[in-house]
Amino acid sequence: MNLRDTPEEAAFRAELRTWLDENLPEERRGRRGGEQRFGDDFGRDWSRKLYEAGYAGLTWPKEYGGAGAPYSFQAIFYEEMARAQAPSHVGVIGLGMAGPTIMAHGTEEQKQAHLSKILSAEEIWCQGFSEPGAGSDLAAARTRMERRGDVFLVNGQKVWSSFAHIADWCILIGLSDPEAPRYKGLSYMIVDMHSPGVEVRPLRQITGEAEFNEIFFTDVEVPAENLLAEEGQGWQVAMTTLLHERGTLGFALTAALEVGVDRLIEVARERANGDAVARDRVAQEWIELQALRYTNYRSLGTYQRTGIPGPEGSAIKLRWSEQNQRMTKLGRELLGAEGILDDGWWHYQQLRSRGNTIEAGTSEVLRNIVAERVLGLPKGR
Amino acid sequence: MDFALTEEQQELKSAARAWLSERYPLDRDFDAPQDDRWAELAELGWLGVSVSEEEGGVGLGFVEEALILEEMGYALYPGPYLATVGFALATLGPEERAAVAAGTTKWSAEIDGLVPWLGSVDEVVGMDGAAHDAGGEEVATVDPDRPAGRLAPGDGTSLAGSRDVARARAAMAAEAVGIAQRVLELAIAHVSTREQFGKPVGVYQAVAHQLSDTYADLELARSLAYWAAWCVAENDDQAAVAAAAAKAFAAEAAVTACERSIQVHGGTGFTWEHPLHRFYKRALWLHGTGSRPTALRAEIADAVIGAPVPA
Repeated sequence: MNLRDTPEEAAFRAELRTWLDENLPEERRGRRGGEQRFGDDFGRDWSRKLYEAGYAGLTWPKEYGGAGAPYSFQAIFYEEMARAQAPSHVGVIGLGMAGPTIMAHGTEEQKQAHLSKILSAEEIWCQGFSEPGAGSDLAAARTRMERRGDVFLVNGQKVWSSFAHIADWCILIGLSDPEAPRYKGLSYMIVDMHSPGVEVRPLRQITGEAEFNEIFFTDVEVPAENLLAEEGQGWQVAMTTLLHERGTLGFALTAALEVGVDRLIEVARERANGDAVARDRVAQEWIELQALRYTNYRSLGTYQRTGIPGPEGSAIKLRWSEQNQRMTKLGRELLGAEGILDDGWWHYQQLRSRGNTIEAGTSEVLRNIVAERVLGLPKGR
Repeated sequence: MDFALTEEQQELKSAARAWLSERYPLDRDFDAPQDDRWAELAELGWLGVSVSEEEGGVGLGFVEEALILEEMGYALYPGPYLATVGFALATLGPEERAAVAAGTTKWSAEIDGLVPWLGSVDEVVGMDGAAHDAGGEEVATVDPDRPAGRLAPGDGTSLAGSRDVARARAAMAAEAVGIAQRVLELAIAHVSTREQFGKPVGVYQAVAHQLSDTYADLELARSLAYWAAWCVAENDDQAAVAAAAAKAFAAEAAVTACERSIQVHGGTGFTWEHPLHRFYKRALWLHGTGSRPTALRAEIADAVIGAPVPA
């Protein structure tokens, strides 16, 4: 157990800090949500810069454009990006979900075709999982994938798909065999979003911004070689994606939370310094931030030793989402009368936080997962 | 950066788990006087974990002591290990440390005017940082294993070190983590076997989700407790805030874990016969001993926001 950086880690941290100082324009620090990702070309340009400097895909193998670095470097990367309030790489879905899934289940051709382009932001990816009738119950997906010789004909509707309006590719789960037992009729494929028959409609969310979308597939022809794993193995492949969605996210989430808690402390200092109740609540948020931070470190330590993330990681997204909601609401409250003004950061963050307990696994589903898979309680379904 | 327990640390924790579970099983007679097996602890080296080898100890550090404390919380160990190693040891000089490691002297410390285990230890570190005689009248506390008393008036004998509040708090946080872990395990076992409406009650989400929440509390508390232990062991700048954070969070987590466990045990959890109330009482003792969570958070607010400026 040692919380200090090794000499290699310290050198990496220092080099990254310098690079951020030199390359991140001041006006791009600490921007609110959607505008830094979608407002202009900055998102892709910035992501390409990160890639060219070697900071995208730190833990990915070198043969696929990564740096082959240990996981602790990825953790340091998130910490320093948060400290600089730097915008994240625009390829969130590609880096966190599509890439790891292709690495685990893809053919060599698929790996060569896509992995380095994910890192360089030449390809933006989106996720086609949820449907109007299949949210938490992913196995109820009804988007049809009909085999027609060398192609699949895809028809159906996906929803809540972040980045779809700027995406080049989609990881898609659908039903290839309606007669098969539950879980066995699903297939998983990668779909070119520029194919004829793909239509994307942005959904406006309660913040007023459109970060996610509906995707309509009408007779879209997808080559059979775009399957990941075999036809009918979609469920197993989807589990890999979700493992990565929930497993590698912790540091990024905690880093973003740290930016918020730092701002909260500033608001408290200026607006609520003599308010003992407010001070107590701010201190509680600071404590829980540290608790999440060191839980990430523990999970990472176990991962580096055993190759499997520690079970404690499954609590991180659950607690992070609830804390982000509490913390942003407190920030608005401490601003007093100004807290109701539509003035940017706090206003946006507080409204946006309501999605946190729904996206990437609702809190209810996450509590089921902890109960059944971590605690070993009897299964209810 | 490596925040996982080393193999040696895991072995020590397992050894403590095994030793304690054999000698302090949950079906023991809690109402009879309990042996603290102090000589055995000395022989195992666990009284001198952080004492140097020259002074008869093992030359490890506070992280290892915290792991033993966690296991003592898990087993509801009755003796004054927390007081001797957690509260007093840092204040002692070389000779006293050697006597602790050898198992010849038990210590406690005065906290908020009260001395836990006043009647069963040999010496006490007073609020003045000096050594005082133990002994005297005790009153019962919420935890029957941890009676307390007040020091007799008078000057003590000065000691080489100074009181280490962070260490005491980190030690209590470690015990609290062990308590939360055990009552969660008891709850899991109960709801997995107890059937109502034809199913184990653990299939019902209203029951299961309470335990998922306890698990999340427990793991967050453990992370804070290990962070605090590491900071104390390394004399890190953050030791004070880390220990305050760990004690506040872990004590609250342990109390809540016990309350949820009692709830999901149904009527059984409310009986004297079931050991749950013993864990609950120890958790309440930890919650109330030393600074309460709101006072600890006020310290943290001073550190991160700055001292309050009157309006």
